[in-house]
Amino acid sequence: MQELINIFVKSIFIDNMIFAYFLGMCSYLAVSKTVKTGMGLGLAVTFVLTITVPVNYLLQTKILDKGALQWLDPSFVEVDLSFLSFIMFIAVIAAMVQLVEMIVEKFAPALYSALGIFLPLIAVNCSILGGSLFMQERAYATIGQATAFGFGSGIGWLLAVLAIAAIRERLKYSHVPPALRGLGITFIITGLMGIAFMSFMGIKL
Amino acid sequence: MEINKPKEALFSKKNRKLLKDPMNINNPITVQVLGICSALAITVKLKPAIVMSLSVIVVMALANVITSLMRNMIPNRIRIIVQLVVVATLVILVDQVLKAFVYDVSKQLSVFVGLIITNCIIMGRIEAFSLGNTPWKSFLDGIGNGASYGLILIVVSFFRELLGNGTLYDYPVVEKLGLYDLGYHNNGMMLLPPMALIVVALIIWWQRSKTPSLIEKD
Repeated sequence: MQELINIFVKSIFIDNMIFAYFLGMCSYLAVSKTVKTGMGLGLAVTFVLTITVPVNYLLQTKILDKGALQWLDPSFVEVDLSFLSFIMFIAVIAAMVQLVEMIVEKFAPALYSALGIFLPLIAVNCSILGGSLFMQERAYATIGQATAFGFGSGIGWLLAVLAIAAIRERLKYSHVPPALRGLGITFIITGLMGIAFMSFMGIKL
Repeated sequence: MEINKPKEALFSKKNRKLLKDPMNINNPITVQVLGICSALAITVKLKPAIVMSLSVIVVMALANVITSLMRNMIPNRIRIIVQLVVVATLVILVDQVLKAFVYDVSKQLSVFVGLIITNCIIMGRIEAFSLGNTPWKSFLDGIGNGASYGLILIVVSFFRELLGNGTLYDYPVVEKLGLYDLGYHNNGMMLLPPMALIVVALIIWWQRSKTPSLIEKD
């Protein structure tokens, strides 16, 4: 249990998707104009990451890895399908996003109207595919660890987008040099926040 | 009808514009805000940045041509999945080539080769351009946008490697110039991820001061 909490905290603060790896920057810049839209996309990303990372973990360990197909037939011990992982992962993500969209629409219409246009966009958000690829690279031992990592990364993304959206709302009242207005100043603030987040790196978990 | 239409030259003015515009007034990174994710994470050194730019140019040009050829056949509702499959197939090819010929760089790029699939530049240009234009134009658009993406990557990694590590393409420039003997020190901060954002912000600042029409209105 303690291990799961460690992975969870680590993926929120130390390996933060935005401040440490810059994943999902495009949508991060696009939706962070107000806290409300930031919250909507943040929740949707957390939701989809928590589902797709474990599903792709099963795909990786039961089908794609070298020798993973042994449960089907012992003669498959040499089969290595890992070169297919990109296309399989992206297919799972696109399908899961569609499925999640349909389920949310049916059972939680309020949530659906809040997330609205953001759900379909998530299929092409790099942080989702990035989550699955990091899961593959770090080779987590159990599906529990993979889920903790996916959930933690999503929460980390949500925190980052909320923080920058709140700052940008206040920024409207300050005097920024014209050429830096909008995109430029957001980059600089994200950089400074990234430096602040680096102070978490000293924590050993 | 078709016969009367004058045939457009391969490099007409309009087509040259497709190549040239992304370099400045329509730059994918600093103006369209696409493809930031990978642009920032792999610019610590010049070599991975160059390999990454080449891969993106190849994937982008081919993906644009393929989707443009299929543009009248793809049903509108499932076009995102079709595009993803085309791009993912091309990225797998690029990944296998990189693993075969430049294994060390491919290790350094780690997940970012795979992330070309969801690189917003590629999906963005397919959606915005190649679904409505002929293959040759889409090809030029792909090369133009890919190359200007690469340009930013190379500029950023040039400064980060030179100031942070004192080398250029792994060649020890600062040491050869003898600056260390004069008491010069590398600025290790340039190697940290957040500095990439600040270097890009400076590029945006410089570009917008030069071209005031790009300044954002509130």
